Amino acid sequence: MDYSQFLYMHEEMSLLGVILLLFVTDLLFCKDSKRGGIYNSPLPVILLGVMTVFNALPLSDVQFEAFGGMYQHTPMDTIVKTTLNVGTLITFLLAHKWLARPENLVKQGEFYVVTLFTLLGMYFMISSGHFLMFFIGLELASIPMVALVSFDKYRYESAEAGAKYILLALFSSALLLYGVSLIYATTGSLYFNQIGIANTPSLLLLCGLAMFLAGMGFKISLVPFHLWTADTYEGAPTAVTAYLSVVSKGSAAFVLLVVLAKAFTIGGIKMDWEIAFFWIIIASITLANLFAIRQSNLKRFMAYSAISQAGYLVLGIMGGTELANDGTAQGMTAMVYYLLVYLAANMGAFAVINVVEQNSGKLGIKDYNGLYQTNPRLAFLMTLCLFSLAGIPPFAGFFSKFFIFMAAFNAGFKVLVFIALVNTIISLYYYLLIVKAMYISESDKPIATFRSDGYTRVALALCTAGVLLLGIAGWVYNYLTEIGMQSL
Amino acid sequence: MDYQYTLLILCLPIVSFLILGLAGKWLSHRVAGLIGTLSIGAVAVLSYYTAFAYFGARGADGAFATLVPYNFEWLPFYIGNLHFDMGIMLDPISVMMLIVISTVSLMVHIYSFGYMHGERGFQRYYAFLSLFTMSMLGLVVATNIFQMYMFWELVGVCSYLLIGFYFTENPAIAASKKAFIVTRFADLGFLVGILVFGYYTGSFSFDFTESFTYAAGALHGVAPDASKAVAAGGFILPTALFLMFIGGAGKSAMFPLHIWLPDAMEGPTPVSALIHAATMVVAGVFQVARMFPMWIQYAPETLHYVAWIGAFTAFYAAAVAMAQSDIKRVLAFSTISQIAFMMVALGVCMPGHEGAVIDNHGSLGYMASMYHLFTHAMFKATLFLCAGCIIHAVHSNEMSAMGGMRKYMPVTHITFLIATLAISGIPPFSGFFSKDEILAASFAYSPVMGWVMTAIAAMTAFYMFRLYYGIFWGTENKELHEELKAHGHFGEAPAVMTLPLVLLTLFTVFMGWTLPGTFGSYVSATGQPYEIHLDLQIAVTSVVIACVSIALATWIYVRSSQPVAERMKAAMPRLHEWAYRRFYLDEVYQFVTHRIIFALISTPIAWFDRHIVDGALNGLASGANYIGESIRPLQSGRLQQYAYVFLMGIVIVFFIMII
Repeated sequence: MDYSQFLYMHEEMSLLGVILLLFVTDLLFCKDSKRGGIYNSPLPVILLGVMTVFNALPLSDVQFEAFGGMYQHTPMDTIVKTTLNVGTLITFLLAHKWLARPENLVKQGEFYVVTLFTLLGMYFMISSGHFLMFFIGLELASIPMVALVSFDKYRYESAEAGAKYILLALFSSALLLYGVSLIYATTGSLYFNQIGIANTPSLLLLCGLAMFLAGMGFKISLVPFHLWTADTYEGAPTAVTAYLSVVSKGSAAFVLLVVLAKAFTIGGIKMDWEIAFFWIIIASITLANLFAIRQSNLKRFMAYSAISQAGYLVLGIMGGTELANDGTAQGMTAMVYYLLVYLAANMGAFAVINVVEQNSGKLGIKDYNGLYQTNPRLAFLMTLCLFSLAGIPPFAGFFSKFFIFMAAFNAGFKVLVFIALVNTIISLYYYLLIVKAMYISESDKPIATFRSDGYTRVALALCTAGVLLLGIAGWVYNYLTEIGMQSL
Repeated sequence: MDYQYTLLILCLPIVSFLILGLAGKWLSHRVAGLIGTLSIGAVAVLSYYTAFAYFGARGADGAFATLVPYNFEWLPFYIGNLHFDMGIMLDPISVMMLIVISTVSLMVHIYSFGYMHGERGFQRYYAFLSLFTMSMLGLVVATNIFQMYMFWELVGVCSYLLIGFYFTENPAIAASKKAFIVTRFADLGFLVGILVFGYYTGSFSFDFTESFTYAAGALHGVAPDASKAVAAGGFILPTALFLMFIGGAGKSAMFPLHIWLPDAMEGPTPVSALIHAATMVVAGVFQVARMFPMWIQYAPETLHYVAWIGAFTAFYAAAVAMAQSDIKRVLAFSTISQIAFMMVALGVCMPGHEGAVIDNHGSLGYMASMYHLFTHAMFKATLFLCAGCIIHAVHSNEMSAMGGMRKYMPVTHITFLIATLAISGIPPFSGFFSKDEILAASFAYSPVMGWVMTAIAAMTAFYMFRLYYGIFWGTENKELHEELKAHGHFGEAPAVMTLPLVLLTLFTVFMGWTLPGTFGSYVSATGQPYEIHLDLQIAVTSVVIACVSIALATWIYVRSSQPVAERMKAAMPRLHEWAYRRFYLDEVYQFVTHRIIFALISTPIAWFDRHIVDGALNGLASGANYIGESIRPLQSGRLQQYAYVFLMGIVIVFFIMII
């Protein structure tokens, strides 16, 4: 075996290096659990930041395989991995104040290492060329996630959320694995490329595919596989919720697109899963919107918002598995761009929710009444992020929605785009409810004025910059278009 | 010779606008004014240098080259060959306009130090002046119709901002809105014209050809692309040009779109001098002149309609001016009338003789119009600035507060008199020469037009001297003047205000007779030098008629009691009232907009919007709300149910796929 092949996986290897470094540091230097030792320093953030920048540097040899096709790398993978890195980085920034609490000090090291392990799992998922590799990545991304969700294990909700998540995650993983075995049974291979060549739409294959889609739908939290989402999001620590809603969801959506593009486009099978997604997307966007209107807890609200956003994200899959008429990978590009913008806006909103929770312990939408009077800048940033999520120009969210609609429209899904558009109006309604609470509604006991910590400020600055600039800077989308053309 | 530095002419004012606009709050009045004035001063120096260099370098065939120091593709359309460009184009009329704009703007900047002294929003005022100057300069150096349109809208915005400068006063707010809405409405015509033009000719440039590398003078003589000309043949080009002219008519206050200009006098007087007398309001004339080669080649008939619209506007405005008592309104109507003169001059141009598309003889009016634009800018700015001095002194626009002012304000008096003589067409002042060319061009087109314009020129002399006597002679309002004197602020304006008057008057005195025939050698329809020669018959007639008018005005208005005027007013009460009320045109507009458009069209649409459109959306929202409530039990928190739904989901997906 040629061990130099590991060098191809420099993204995974460097992440692993970061994990080991943090792990060893934790073991050797963090004995003083009272002060939290080195983890109260910005070391994890700096390490991850350096790693992100290093891996984002462009390579000359961008498309390659290793380990006999188990590992496949495309330029878009680098973009998505970098995006996930940024999401994780912001999660770390958000988590800092929470981790500095006395009951968490001793567990700080675990948080960083476990989070990075899930990230590593997503890396492997993204770059896999084989179902086994994919499944190992998926599990690596799922199981440590449970530890994260129930990180506040002495808090009832957190433990409950963890329990619900692990049970349903195992359930879905088992079914997904069963689905994969059915796919293997009909096509005789687990390599994506070979499945792509060998498949003929038989009932057995479709049955396997349905289970595979359900498993992925669970990770992306698409209706009807979404039921865990609200409970888990509500119970998990806020930083973890942010991580779940952006990084975990985004990676799964991208992987789904890549796997479908590699393995399930040849033959009539594309039509089959497209019609399935047609209904899944409609159900996701519409049902999530309907649920979101009635929420009173902000984290639950954001859970439904995330389900609805996932629907829009997956819209990129429609027609995104093939090059569009103009020769660009329109669907894939639009999806990655959507993910990027969604990351900025959603992380920004969670940053505000998190900092408010850490300082006042409040999470209800009603608690936000009069926030503008006491914390005008936070209220303003929250408004920007919500506007971007709702897709109001000139914020980035408008452009990302526009591109993803355009991609689906060009692929011929006109009705779908229309329904999605109608839902945008509904989503505007509930996003504005929060804005109304912050700006218009009066409150007897508004959240007291506080100063947010430096880490949160950096996170907010990053997200605001993303929300304001990603849409206006036209070269971002153009650059993604170029990368997309090399990747599909 | 390269003209790269001309970019600075646009950049300096925008820099000063940004500084004053963003940091104005922290600047003292003096510093803010100095920043604005110095940047415009630098622009003026550059403009004069440009003009000197440009008019110094005549091409081999005696004409001036059209130069494009900058032109970059700003917005390409991938369909066809259309693109929006931004750039700087120098040709005789744009260089001439650089001189006009930078001169008047600089004078107004200096003058405003005194006039706006101690006003709130002084920095804002200078910021807007800078922005306006930049926009107007950008308009005249535009390399294509679209750039022109953009800057056209920008000057409209600046005009809106400056008319509404005293935004705490209701008349100013109403006037600014009126100006903006009326001109914007007219600009709709411009926009549609541009679209029609671009669609059929495949180009937004002034001459259909896409390149700017043609030889000296070729702008006016170049043959358009044959296929495009075919496509644009027939009525398309005249239609497009006339639509664009509607925009020009709005900006240049042609009847019936003139209604905004008299109200625009609510702005500070120096603003009226700069925007509503010398520069922005002539944008329409400039626009027609800019597209003149196309007009004369493809739409000479339509061009003559423009002439008649101009002639009627000139007459109407002169008639109204005779009855106004507010001195700024008189000047406003006088401006409308004079701009109409320029429009007439362009409109009476005819295709050249012996098969030439364009020659200097047939297109004498082009030169005359530009000449009058130049001289009018100078003397009308003088008149407005004088009016500003007077208003500054008596704190009123009404003639009844004035009278006998010559004793108190000698400098203002003399400069006002010279400018009045110029606008009346008395030699040797500049107005005589330019107006004479317009009359000559009108007579060449048709004697009827010639006599009409001569009569209007006589009316001009009459109402201007009526104004002059009303301010400086006539019945003095002694009571008011004594009272103002008692407060100690009555008398000649400070030097910072009189200096611009004197400088502008120098232009008026010298632009005519020191340059006999010279203007035509710089600016003419073909680019070839055109010797101006006075047509003595026309010149003598117009001077005699003007003198008669002046004598009449003197007889009626010079004395302190004015029995003749009273008797005339008594003899024709209806006519006087009508003219004073501007022939009730504003009321007509009011009726049409409120009673017809608002009541019959807008109200039903508003009802539809409020009840049907909003109702549908509200229904959507409340429906969503209702369903949201009713499906809550689905999210029970029971894990078994979640797994069950999950499993059912797979089954449904499977069935959807196999169907």
